[in-house]
Amino acid sequence: MALSLQPYGLIARFETPADLYHAAEEVRDAGYRNWDCITPAPIHGLDAAMGLRRSIVPRISLCGGITGFCTGMSMIFYMNGFDYKLTVGGKPFFSPLYAFPVSYELTILFTAFATIGGMFFLNDLTKLYHPVLKYENIRRGMDDQFFIVIETRDPRFNAVNTRALLENIGGRDIAELEE
Amino acid sequence: MAHAEPAVSAPAILAEVKPAVLPRPALVENNRSFAWITEKICGIVEGKTPVWWWWCFAVACFIACFTVAGISYAVAVGVGVWGHRTPVNWGWPIVNFVFWIGIGHAGTLISAILCLLRQKWRTSINRSAEAMTIFAVVCAGIFPVFHVGRVWYAWFLFPIPNSNYIWPQFRSPLEWDVFAVSTYGTVSVLFWYVGMIPDLATLRDRFAAVGKKFRARVYGFFAMGWRGSARGWSNYEMAYLILAGIATPLVLSVHTIVSFDFAVSLIPGWHTTIFPPYFVAGAIFSGFGMVLTLMLPLRAVYKLEDLITQYHIDCMCKITLATGTMVGYAYAMEFFIAWYSANPYEGFTFINRAFGPYAWAYWIMISCNVITPQLFWFKSVRRNTTLVWVLSLFVNLGMWFERFVIICTSLTRDFLPSSWGYFTPTVVDIFTFFGTFGVFSVLFLLFIRFLPLMAMAEIKAVTPQADPHTHPHPAPIDPDADPVHT
Repeated sequence: MALSLQPYGLIARFETPADLYHAAEEVRDAGYRNWDCITPAPIHGLDAAMGLRRSIVPRISLCGGITGFCTGMSMIFYMNGFDYKLTVGGKPFFSPLYAFPVSYELTILFTAFATIGGMFFLNDLTKLYHPVLKYENIRRGMDDQFFIVIETRDPRFNAVNTRALLENIGGRDIAELEE
Repeated sequence: MAHAEPAVSAPAILAEVKPAVLPRPALVENNRSFAWITEKICGIVEGKTPVWWWWCFAVACFIACFTVAGISYAVAVGVGVWGHRTPVNWGWPIVNFVFWIGIGHAGTLISAILCLLRQKWRTSINRSAEAMTIFAVVCAGIFPVFHVGRVWYAWFLFPIPNSNYIWPQFRSPLEWDVFAVSTYGTVSVLFWYVGMIPDLATLRDRFAAVGKKFRARVYGFFAMGWRGSARGWSNYEMAYLILAGIATPLVLSVHTIVSFDFAVSLIPGWHTTIFPPYFVAGAIFSGFGMVLTLMLPLRAVYKLEDLITQYHIDCMCKITLATGTMVGYAYAMEFFIAWYSANPYEGFTFINRAFGPYAWAYWIMISCNVITPQLFWFKSVRRNTTLVWVLSLFVNLGMWFERFVIICTSLTRDFLPSSWGYFTPTVVDIFTFFGTFGVFSVLFLLFIRFLPLMAMAEIKAVTPQADPHTHPHPAPIDPDADPVHT
């Protein structure tokens, strides 16, 4: 995106989860795509009110889990059954049975890393700067207030109409966010 | 139709049975607001360090020095300074390892299993219980690492190429344990950290607002730029659910594998199939004992009665009761199987446990683990916080003795009477173990001073006002009303 003096978007404050919930339904029905809610806690049912699809984190987790299991099995096969065969108590050099506990733990370990990595990636975390965080009152959004942000890059964004929409749905303290 | 006409007009069968509306116990008492919750939890971190904290911290550091002294001496001189003598070659270090790792399990149970079971009361205790898990794993890890003897070779446990060109031996349950415990430690830290991200963001913004730039930056760094976005929450909640879903089989597998260390051997008293479930139940039992030991003083000191309510204490006592009873069942079943197997060595081991030279330890174990939790059947006991705290200490004590009894009594009587022995700990053993309570306390005190003690975002999410379908002042429940939200 080219540099522009356009603001990042408009932000409006709501007092209660119920107000936010109904407002989110209105924004969704108005056809906006690049918008978000800011809440101090997960609000039950807000995903549907915003028209969000199911998170794809589980797919990333599954990939991690499969990788972990295969890593465990192949590592043990390589080490104890191929590279350096160690004779212990007449036991087989390799068997998936004795390799299972370690592979199982690695499945879980890799799933955990994939899940958290996937969530960080999808949520744009580790990026410490965001225009929303520059907004002075956003700290109330980590405390007890609720916000809706509509971005200017949304095709339906229009400085006048979007502000009117936020006003109509009960938004207070509507402000522009700097890029 | 031979039925007589009903004598009265009341129908024998009601046309419609309305389910009784049972009031749910409030998870946050006095209908506290979001802002109150934030203020309460953040206030602990932001306020001045209390005097009692410094005293506790100093004492904890002093106690931790005992572990440092014990380990330094053992490393300098060799593990011969411990009480291990043939035939008891697994003594206190393994007892202490199993004891601490077991304590950790309640934290994962609260954060993962209760999350999957949708037990909302977990929200106010899960953060500190997970912290307890991590610190308990730290204490547990000390023992096997130094028990290898030459600690500078401890890295041979991991599959790292070395100059001897040999790899770890994956047919041994001890090697499985390395992977189980290190995975457990890692996943517990990740789970704890991910749960804390939204709360760290709250602290970041609060410190920034009062101009404390350095602390805002530190918390901001760990908050990773969290901004409470609902799209973010959607991925976050899914990730949290998956972590809970994988931590559950993890915690069960960890203590199962710990029990394999014993069960896969051929020692009478160890070689039993009941060990995995019995160890897991015991771990959760001891962990809840420790959660009660830690949470009750915290609740009193920080006046958290609205967040850790009597309902929470009741729930914790009931789980302690349930798992304590399971442990009691396992003790009885071990005896039964020892007799039923008709194996003279197995039978001897168990008779020897209860009536032999370690009978004192066995009966301490039975009275603390089987009899103590039975008091939690009584509401009056569960409501007496001081008594609950004292009983939780007995649970901790009893579970240490359980591991001692399993490990030492099974080894003292070898197959040949000429190889019989009696285990006595040395001063080094006692120092090292005693000091781990200091290590644990130091870490826990640092946690309550610098990190949000309770999961604020999660507590907010279970309050009535977080539900977008309720009104600020809920009307009395009208069973005839349309249940669909309008």
